Amino acid sequence: MANISTLNTTGAGFDTVAADVSGPRGRRPKRVLSRRNIILYGVLSVAALYYLLPLYVMVVTSLKGMPEIRMGNIFSPPMEITFEPWVKAWAEACTGLNCDGLSRGFWNSVQILVPSVVVSIFVASVSGYSLANWRFKGSELFFSILIIGAFIPYQVMIYPVVIALRELGVYGTLTGLVIVHTIFGMPILTLLFRNYFASLPVELFKAARIDGAGFWQIYLRIMLPMSLPIFVVAMILQVTGIWNDFLFGVVFTRPDTYPMTVQLNNIVNSVQGVKEYNVNMAATLLTGAVPLIVYFVSGRLFVRGIAAGAVKG
Amino acid sequence: MTGHAPAKRPNQLFRNLNSKIASIPMILIAMGIFLGGSLWTILYSFTNSKLLPRLSFVGLDQYERLWNTSRWIVSIQNLAIYGILSLIFSLVIGFLLAALMDQKIRFENAFRTIFLYPFALSFIVTGLVWQWILNPEFGIQGIVRSLGFENFTFDPLYNPDIVIYGILIAGLWQGTGLVMCLMLAGLRGIDEDIWKAARVDGIPMWRTYLFVVIPMMRPVFITTLVIIASGIVKVYDLVVAQTSGGPGNASEVPAKYVYDYMFQAQNLGQGFAASTMMLLTVAIIIIPWAYLEFGGKKRG
Repeated sequence: MANISTLNTTGAGFDTVAADVSGPRGRRPKRVLSRRNIILYGVLSVAALYYLLPLYVMVVTSLKGMPEIRMGNIFSPPMEITFEPWVKAWAEACTGLNCDGLSRGFWNSVQILVPSVVVSIFVASVSGYSLANWRFKGSELFFSILIIGAFIPYQVMIYPVVIALRELGVYGTLTGLVIVHTIFGMPILTLLFRNYFASLPVELFKAARIDGAGFWQIYLRIMLPMSLPIFVVAMILQVTGIWNDFLFGVVFTRPDTYPMTVQLNNIVNSVQGVKEYNVNMAATLLTGAVPLIVYFVSGRLFVRGIAAGAVKG
Repeated sequence: MTGHAPAKRPNQLFRNLNSKIASIPMILIAMGIFLGGSLWTILYSFTNSKLLPRLSFVGLDQYERLWNTSRWIVSIQNLAIYGILSLIFSLVIGFLLAALMDQKIRFENAFRTIFLYPFALSFIVTGLVWQWILNPEFGIQGIVRSLGFENFTFDPLYNPDIVIYGILIAGLWQGTGLVMCLMLAGLRGIDEDIWKAARVDGIPMWRTYLFVVIPMMRPVFITTLVIIASGIVKVYDLVVAQTSGGPGNASEVPAKYVYDYMFQAQNLGQGFAASTMMLLTVAIIIIPWAYLEFGGKKRG
């Protein structure tokens, strides 16, 4: 591991003295401001600036008053900080006839989020557990179809789902949307759980069976307590995914139960009235806040979640 | 199979009964929605359903209409431009960032956090932020003009010819962090000894990357490619938030076409035909990949 630092220095065509890869190596003092370092950190910092810019613009714009926005440029920090746009975005912004701001969408989203996350994770974890430990004839076939299904565009399946929900009498209701999120969260979550359960030592499972534990008992007493990290990963995946969903929100809810993303889009892209950019940006930040907080708090677990999402299929 | 005694048959159904009961939702979803739903949509794409799905077959009429609709052609062109450019750029940028991150740098976590955070945001948020930054009056164009370049023009969202590139900028901002993460994981999977060997042979670093490391990362590249590509076909929210398909219909995409025809224009048959075309596009991407990944085991 320690050798890699010498390997890298030559990469930039610099300092070829460090050829003694296998030789005894003291701590050769490294120059901090080598040309390689300047280029390396320079490029990374510029890239980081590009990625941070929109967040900065959002924050700055949301703290300005409208007169200042009309005068100045979007990158300049606010001369006079005002929280009025935030209040307005939260409590007063209009969509159609409702003028109670994004708070309505926020609570709608919370109401959608909590049961969807719980139900989808429960169903998927039990399925993954079946697939890992209680295989039956055909279980792998169903699983393969499920995984292939992850690649099918939602648009292909959305109308049959509409019909199914209508037949069940839950189209346009919260229950319906929970079912939809459970359905479309299944492939990735089942894969996640199946792989994790399969990686647990099978002796534990066998020992529990010899002791007379059944399907549910092993799930609740052995698998669940042993798999808390993967449940957290699944939760991160689902919380951000469901919160950020737009398509299902538009298709499967009615205007007064629109989730936050849909309401946000309606507020910002409404053609009526004067555009209040500061309110728009405050609303955008408010909507992005939940996944951002999840992201910054969870850190490495988030990366693990998307890595799991990446190996799907 | 046939060698089994028939007496064993009755037991078969009740073996693992609990497991089977617990898997009912999964089986229903896999067979009913994913398989059944797709077949249903394909079947009804051959009908002339309008407000409600009806089984009156009209052959390929819907597809003929589809390919004669200029809006669909624009959608497909946009998807092609957006798709190809976003594949190239996100792979190149993602790999470059990952390669830089792999140099045992300080603050690696900070950089990774910064590059990846847009991925946590929804396409709606992404689209709205970039709509604001690209606003011709107050955004980048306005600022450069106020610096004295009066004729500077950069208004991708209001110019039908380049609007798709405005969407591309936002899409890349949101998605390259993910690619970077995948590539970084791939780079970390390369054996240190490879680097040492290349080093001993005196191969410059960029050549090692180009001719040794990248070929070794083929599986990572292919997986990433498939993930990005199947995401691209689904692009919908970003366009809705950033331009709503405008100006005119210059930034329409297939997913939006499907939604509009199914739920707004109440022309279900068109929607089904268009979504079947989307399915076909995905199949063209997925099947060769699945073949390479799972069928080509002899390759070793």
